[in-house]
Amino acid sequence: MSTMLHLINKSPFDRNALDTCLRLAKTGSSVLLLEDGVYAAMSGGSYAKAVSDRMGELTFYVLGPDVSARGLDDKPLIDGIDVVDYGGFVDLVVEHETAQSWL
Amino acid sequence: MEPWEEDGPEVVKRFMYVNRRAPYGTIYALECLEVVLIAAAFDQDVSVVFVDDGVCQLKKDQDTTAIGMKNFSNTYRALDDYDVEKIYVEKESLEARGLTEEDLIIPVEVLAADQLGDIMAQQDVVISS
Amino acid sequence: MAYELNGKTFEADEEGYLVDISAWNEDLAVLIAEDENIEMSDDAWEVVNFLREYYEEYQIAPAVRVLTKAIKKKLGADKGNSKYLYELFPYGPAKQACKIAGLPKPTGCI
Repeated sequence: MSTMLHLINKSPFDRNALDTCLRLAKTGSSVLLLEDGVYAAMSGGSYAKAVSDRMGELTFYVLGPDVSARGLDDKPLIDGIDVVDYGGFVDLVVEHETAQSWL
Repeated sequence: MEPWEEDGPEVVKRFMYVNRRAPYGTIYALECLEVVLIAAAFDQDVSVVFVDDGVCQLKKDQDTTAIGMKNFSNTYRALDDYDVEKIYVEKESLEARGLTEEDLIIPVEVLAADQLGDIMAQQDVVISS
Repeated sequence: MAYELNGKTFEADEEGYLVDISAWNEDLAVLIAEDENIEMSDDAWEVVNFLREYYEEYQIAPAVRVLTKAIKKKLGADKGNSKYLYELFPYGPAKQACKIAGLPKPTGCI
């Protein structure tokens, strides 16, 4: 089975892209939270459980520049989420066979 | 009349601006802030509400250097100069995002949904974005 | 439109506000002021510099009423009043001084 990178750039509170992605993403694939999607990565937020529930099956990443832009550097991330920069973003796209943007 | 003399407004209405979107991901937050500042210049009774992802607009310590966008969070601190003093934040929205009043860049009034609903019901004009 | 200074071109919008804030310098300010028929006295510079500091802090060019109030707070009532500011910038202190300061048109000015 191909490895897929799921890109979530919408806030989970505003749109249901993350909900649907978490429902459909197969074990072994990756999810990168970016732009307004980074709000899903906060351990103090109400999406922490939905993300944590799939932590063993999916690999989660969050784009650091978008975290800083939103003033969230002082807020703890959900355990197990890796922070990547733009270079890391490119590496993820290259490492996965397909990338899907959830618009 | 000299150019520096001003007439007061003929009609004062209660305008409420409701911010529901996060900053940077879409243009709504910045556009709404500009509309509020323009409305404030007309001496109307302006209040600004932050609800849902709108509360994220007020998160302090925003640093947009790496995303190459203008950090407009400092502009909220100018609301006071524009005499916009009624700034309400919904308690439930803050809690859902793991935020507290101490996380915000300006002093606000944090209200529970039913109290905020009461204030909203008293407005002449409500504009949501 | 555009301003020409020392062989360089500085792009501006149709009303004369600089497109690139970071391109501003003091010589350019004097040139823009000449276009506006304003001589850059020390008092005029004080207002222009105040606006640039305000923009730096709040990322916004203030409306005239806000500018007046903010100057009053910082420089006192002698300078923080409409009459004084209109004498320095007859076509609108916020509009003209912002243009000279290389800032966008003030928010709240129609």
